[in-house]
Amino acid sequence: MLAWLANPAWLLIGAGLLLPLLPYRLRQGLLVLAPLLAAGWLWTMPQPTVVTAMALGYELTPLRLDGLAFVFALIFLIAAMLAGLYMLHLRSRMEPASALVYAGAAVAAVLAGDLITLFVYWELTALASALIILANGPQTYRVTLRYLLIQVSSGLLLMAGAIVHIRATGSAAFNELGLDAAGGWLIFAAFGIKAAFPLLHNWLQDAYPAASPSGTVVLSAFTTKLAIYALARSYAGTDILIPIGAVMTAFPIFYAVIENDLRRVLAYSLNNQLGFMVVGVGIGSELALNGTAAHAFTHILYKALLFMSMGAVLYRVGTVNGSQLGGLYRSMPYTTVFCIIGAASISAFPLFSGFVSKSLILSAVGYEGAWLVWLVLIFASAGVFHHSGIKIPFFAFFAHDSGIRCQEAPGNMLLAMGLTAAACIGIGCAPGLLYGLLPYPVDYAPYTGSHILSQMHLLLFSALAFTVLMRTGIYPPELRSTNLDFDWVYRRWAPAVIERGMSGLAAARNGLHQSLNQAARRHVQGPRGKRVESILAGHAWTTGSMVLAVTLVLVLYLLSYFS
Amino acid sequence: MTAQLPALQILLPMLASALCVLLRSPAGAWLCFTLATWASFAVSVLLVLATRSGAILSYEMGGWEPPFGIELRIDALNAFVLLIVSGMAAVMAPFARSSVLAEIEQTRVYLFYALVLLCLTGLLGISITGDAFNLFVFLEISSLSSYAIIAMGPNRRALLAAFQYLIMGTVGGTFILIGIGLMYMLTGTLNMADLAERLPAMADSRTEKAALGFIVVGASIKLALFPLHAWLPNAYAYAPSLVSALLAATATKVAAYVLIRFIYTVFLPERAFDGLMLSELMMALAAIAMIAGSVVAIFQHNVKLLLAWSSIAQIGYIVLGAALVTTAGLAATTLHLLNHAVAKGCLFLALGVIVWKTGGARLSDLAGLGRTLPWVGAAFVIGALSLIGVPFTGGFITKWYLLVAVAEQELWLLAGAVVLSSLLSIIYMGRVIETLYFRAPSQGTTRSEPVPVLMLTSVWLLALLNVAIGSYSEPFAAIARTAAGQLLGGTP
Repeated sequence: MLAWLANPAWLLIGAGLLLPLLPYRLRQGLLVLAPLLAAGWLWTMPQPTVVTAMALGYELTPLRLDGLAFVFALIFLIAAMLAGLYMLHLRSRMEPASALVYAGAAVAAVLAGDLITLFVYWELTALASALIILANGPQTYRVTLRYLLIQVSSGLLLMAGAIVHIRATGSAAFNELGLDAAGGWLIFAAFGIKAAFPLLHNWLQDAYPAASPSGTVVLSAFTTKLAIYALARSYAGTDILIPIGAVMTAFPIFYAVIENDLRRVLAYSLNNQLGFMVVGVGIGSELALNGTAAHAFTHILYKALLFMSMGAVLYRVGTVNGSQLGGLYRSMPYTTVFCIIGAASISAFPLFSGFVSKSLILSAVGYEGAWLVWLVLIFASAGVFHHSGIKIPFFAFFAHDSGIRCQEAPGNMLLAMGLTAAACIGIGCAPGLLYGLLPYPVDYAPYTGSHILSQMHLLLFSALAFTVLMRTGIYPPELRSTNLDFDWVYRRWAPAVIERGMSGLAAARNGLHQSLNQAARRHVQGPRGKRVESILAGHAWTTGSMVLAVTLVLVLYLLSYFS
Repeated sequence: MTAQLPALQILLPMLASALCVLLRSPAGAWLCFTLATWASFAVSVLLVLATRSGAILSYEMGGWEPPFGIELRIDALNAFVLLIVSGMAAVMAPFARSSVLAEIEQTRVYLFYALVLLCLTGLLGISITGDAFNLFVFLEISSLSSYAIIAMGPNRRALLAAFQYLIMGTVGGTFILIGIGLMYMLTGTLNMADLAERLPAMADSRTEKAALGFIVVGASIKLALFPLHAWLPNAYAYAPSLVSALLAATATKVAAYVLIRFIYTVFLPERAFDGLMLSELMMALAAIAMIAGSVVAIFQHNVKLLLAWSSIAQIGYIVLGAALVTTAGLAATTLHLLNHAVAKGCLFLALGVIVWKTGGARLSDLAGLGRTLPWVGAAFVIGALSLIGVPFTGGFITKWYLLVAVAEQELWLLAGAVVLSSLLSIIYMGRVIETLYFRAPSQGTTRSEPVPVLMLTSVWLLALLNVAIGSYSEPFAAIARTAAGQLLGGTP
């Protein structure tokens, strides 16, 4: 038992469980202190550390700390601290408590050394994150349920894959697997859902914008990056990840450009950034894996910063629809600056954090000679600048003046944004700080003439394209509309098909009933719909039909014996 | 004293039942009920400790030697079932006090407790006896008393529900009796161990096969295995809260035990399943039960009915493990007997508190109660998580063992059914939790006095037990493995 609890992650989970019972001031303290203490604990832990324990009849590894796990666990704890700061003003208990449990579960999953432990915390992240969405109010119930079902499906796939794998190999170790390992595809699918692979991605854009301003900041940090970590751990160098990642970087751009809800734009852009990391994992060289870890690190920070700034707008204005905003720089100057820093970071401007991490991945792709992929990533980089770098700050804070005059964001939000922005710039100016944390030794200079020059070209032309499109009026205007994405298939089409099928089935059933009953010279009472309803409601049984069922089953048994 | 433990296990509730009738006062009857269940729980704990390493206790009732006299025979599986039945009753005793006073007519309370104790006597007797006919007698004792206590439910529909259960229960009991009669005709003995020795000589006789068929179907009725489940939802829904909780937690478990005992100990698995379809048939019915039960549960408006339909789905898990004919499968089933009892018991008790408070169990009665009754709401959520099978709850432990067992046989379709069923359970449990926490409270009249501490004690004991088993399942898993080994080893 102690082997499970002596874990920095449990500091957060424990704090989260305790939090609802505490008074407001203590809750505030816990929100920031728990992640800080856990980070300190993690920092002082020797690498590698391995703790084993017996459970479910296997020898499990509740804690395994090595280079790769360290960098992900550390950034998770930093993100938890910043998000805690950002939600300090919240009076409610549910969201902060779930956020701490969620962050703790994600850290615990990163530190898991076997598939069973991984699965346990994988499920815990799903539950806790669903509660965060739900904490935004009853209107999020359906979104939460959709989100939870998809997340739990991912967990169940992981569980099934783990069982198959353990059965075939006798080992539960969470290490390199590859697709050819027993259960490899099942586990791959489980990771793929959480990593928001193309066509498995809709839960992200569906759920993240539904959470509260601070909830989305928390959500954006953990689930997907946990999946990236898991992929890097088990599927490094799996070729199919390269095309998957490349598609992931490219297609969300189109949706992001036409989307009106700016937090949903960020959700699409989150998807696109994950693509870079997936490509890095697919290449699998030390440089690429370093790039993936570094990009996850910087990405968590600048994406959180962007979500924080949009959250602040939502908190003050009540909407983040591009069509209703504009000119907010007058009212929220600090938020504007922080948003621009986030935008510059995600667009990989030199001296900002995105530049030093994305270069690693792009160089790794270049060394592999995968030029087509490289071109896609370059196109995607331009697209990122387009929708996250320009569109977000432009439509929210500049563009036409919407006439909205509001207060600047609350102090704790500004502090959280300020710290995050400082981290983004710090990493951008002193990349050595980040490179020193990476799992493999780094011999890489991001600031070479050609890197800077090519990146600036890219950014300038992207900006030029935006300007030209805006000026000529070709740029898709911000409209209140719904974008059709792949989730239409399972939210509209599939239910319609199932409904058709069900009513067909009901008709067939009904026909059977009628012919049976006519043979017995009786008539079915009530219209068809009523009948289906009563079967689903479970009260269509008379005592006679119960006894009939008994007879049928007995006959079935006896037949099976005498056949 | 210790030598007499097996007899005490049934005698304690039986004598207490008579004492209740003599006492007549509600408070006295409750006290008698509580003390009897606690004492009986203590006995079952001692029995588990005595048998968990694989030892088998045999007790000659009245000093008559088996196979002529009645033998009480306790191995790891019996002891575990005894522990579940008496443990659930003991935990629910504090809850009973206020709940029964609120739902049962004052003048009948002592009769009610007497009947509940009789029902417990029957359930414990079924689990402990080593004699096939004696098992039938105890089955009738438990059934007859449960018809009566279901009919005492506050809603008048309880009468019809009890009547339907009576018809079905009688059919089931009769089938079991026919099966026992056929076996007696073949072998001239009623002692289970003796039957197991003598039946192989009758192998391939049609009478033996028919006997097995009748017993399996009879037990399946009591177990409410799909499609023989139809009596269960209404019986659970309209019974008094205590009865719903107690029967949901114990009665179907004991029926599952009867099924397993006859197939594995009396008929022996190698012949019961040999070249025949029994295993496949049970798996198919279990899979349908898991899916259909969960789907219907989604459409329920009465939470008691919803929980009842979810029980039908959960019975699918229990039967599935038993139908695999492997140690892993039987261990999963044995564990699920406990885990489902604890989870469902917790849910029904939490609901019982709500019924006590609001007078109804429809979803609309639950609206917003998570906020006004935070402790009850939280316990309900823990029970729901366990039912879904979330890590750190008992339900997860079973789901894991069951999936491992199914994967061992490479029955991927069944693994898919288990997974789908647990996804569906998120939907129906999610609906209740959403109503508890996110709906505005309805304007109905609720009791003004606070929830009695005794009620909350019961609810939270079960809620904590869910988490405790989920966090540290090893002692129970070890018993389950021993039991499964004994069943497949053929030792009665």
